[in-house]
Amino acid sequence: MFKFFESIGKYTLLMQKVFSRPEKRSIYYRRIWHEMEALGLNSIGLTAIISIFIGSAVTLQMAITLESPFIPQFMIGYATREVMILEFSSTVVALILAGKVGSNIASEIGTMRITEQIDALEIMGVNSASYLILPKIVATVFFFPFLAIFSMLIGIGGGYGIAVLTGIMNPMEYIDGLRYCFYTEEITYALTKMVFFAFFITSISAYCGYYAKGNSLEVGKASTKAVVVSSIVIMICNLVLTQIIRT
Amino acid sequence: MIKVENVVKSFEGRTVLKDISVEFGTGQTNLIIGRSGSGKTVLLKSLVGLHDVDEGAIYYDDVCFSKLDFRARKDIRRDVGMIFQGGALLDASTVAENVKLPLDLFTEQSEEEKMERVNTCLKRVNLEHAHHLYPSELSGGMVKRAAIARAIVMNPRYLFCDEPNSGLDPQTSIVIDNLISDITKEYNITTIINTHDMNSVMEIGEKIVFIYEGEKWWEGSKDDILHADNQELSDFVFASAMAKRAKKASK
Repeated sequence: MFKFFESIGKYTLLMQKVFSRPEKRSIYYRRIWHEMEALGLNSIGLTAIISIFIGSAVTLQMAITLESPFIPQFMIGYATREVMILEFSSTVVALILAGKVGSNIASEIGTMRITEQIDALEIMGVNSASYLILPKIVATVFFFPFLAIFSMLIGIGGGYGIAVLTGIMNPMEYIDGLRYCFYTEEITYALTKMVFFAFFITSISAYCGYYAKGNSLEVGKASTKAVVVSSIVIMICNLVLTQIIRT
Repeated sequence: MIKVENVVKSFEGRTVLKDISVEFGTGQTNLIIGRSGSGKTVLLKSLVGLHDVDEGAIYYDDVCFSKLDFRARKDIRRDVGMIFQGGALLDASTVAENVKLPLDLFTEQSEEEKMERVNTCLKRVNLEHAHHLYPSELSGGMVKRAAIARAIVMNPRYLFCDEPNSGLDPQTSIVIDNLISDITKEYNITTIINTHDMNSVMEIGEKIVFIYEGEKWWEGSKDDILHADNQELSDFVFASAMAKRAKKASK
């Protein structure tokens, strides 16, 4: 228990250091663009593959499960849309990104720690926490919501594609379902969640890497810890935000 | 000048530095020597502020560095260059970007001025042809030379080197030693080198401090070290078979 509170304290102090005034803004802007490419753009492929397959699978499952003369076919499109927008594109994609981006951040910063690159920055007089972590946080908080929108579109597109390819339902009914009872607040809710998830994935992973000690084995452990802790925080955060925003 | 006064440093109840006092002069190469685990690296890291000392004080000229907070230390750190054991170059940046980083962050120079300074420093360490290479593409000696270039790019007044020769062949070690020694004279800086390489001691050691089990055991010059009446120091200096044979022959 003591260790848990110690970690919370260390995390808070690190964040205080991260959000202190940057040395030179122009350098940070450059780093933000670089991180957007490394952490955001490079995740588009994975997000697309997973979203298209999940979107297709959800549509197939719905078509099989809701096969009843009392349930209109357009409900399949409606259910697919709800699943993709409300949970998949934000929560599940965030969990996947916690694995990809989180482990990347923790291992990168952890390696910098054990090879004394962070010490080198400190000795130069650079606020290493801010220099290394702030651009990553800004980049993911800004970019991950776009990944969520992308995931929604691709996933829903995947559902349409499978309807056309397999003929399991009428594609026009699927589109009707997509339009049925659509509230833009649902998108806002999903994107708001993604902003929080992006912050937690990046900051927790950076924290795990920043305090890594010892050798490459420890960096591996830090990387695993980053993914596990980020995933748990995402699940808790999802529950809390759903309760606050949706009720 | 850097002055260390009665410094004590412990980790989890184990005292690593025991009441160390020593003065390192300007314009000369000061060497801290000792066996692995003797406390050399902890002393060096305490000098640069990577470890906070438990007791005692560290002065950079007249300023008590160890009593300053993070922000106040920042100003002094602009005058500090450090060469780490493994080079500690940023993996994601090229040699030129690594050397340019302090200029990017702390100066208002134009890109042309910065590149001119970077090229001057790289030329000084004979690395002008490697500015576009990444650290993973460099040899051990090149990494050390790039680290030296980065350390001197801001014209530091204090230069710290943590085992700059580790992992290098004897010839490359001499090149690195001479480079550090020449730069010390050229810029009139206070250089402190942490090493257990006896070749470095005999080559460039103007002031040598021997640390034994966390205590300052001996200090003197490279001329004194061979005749020092100190068993632990002699055991350390003449540990290699070749050194023993040389001593025997000189007798």
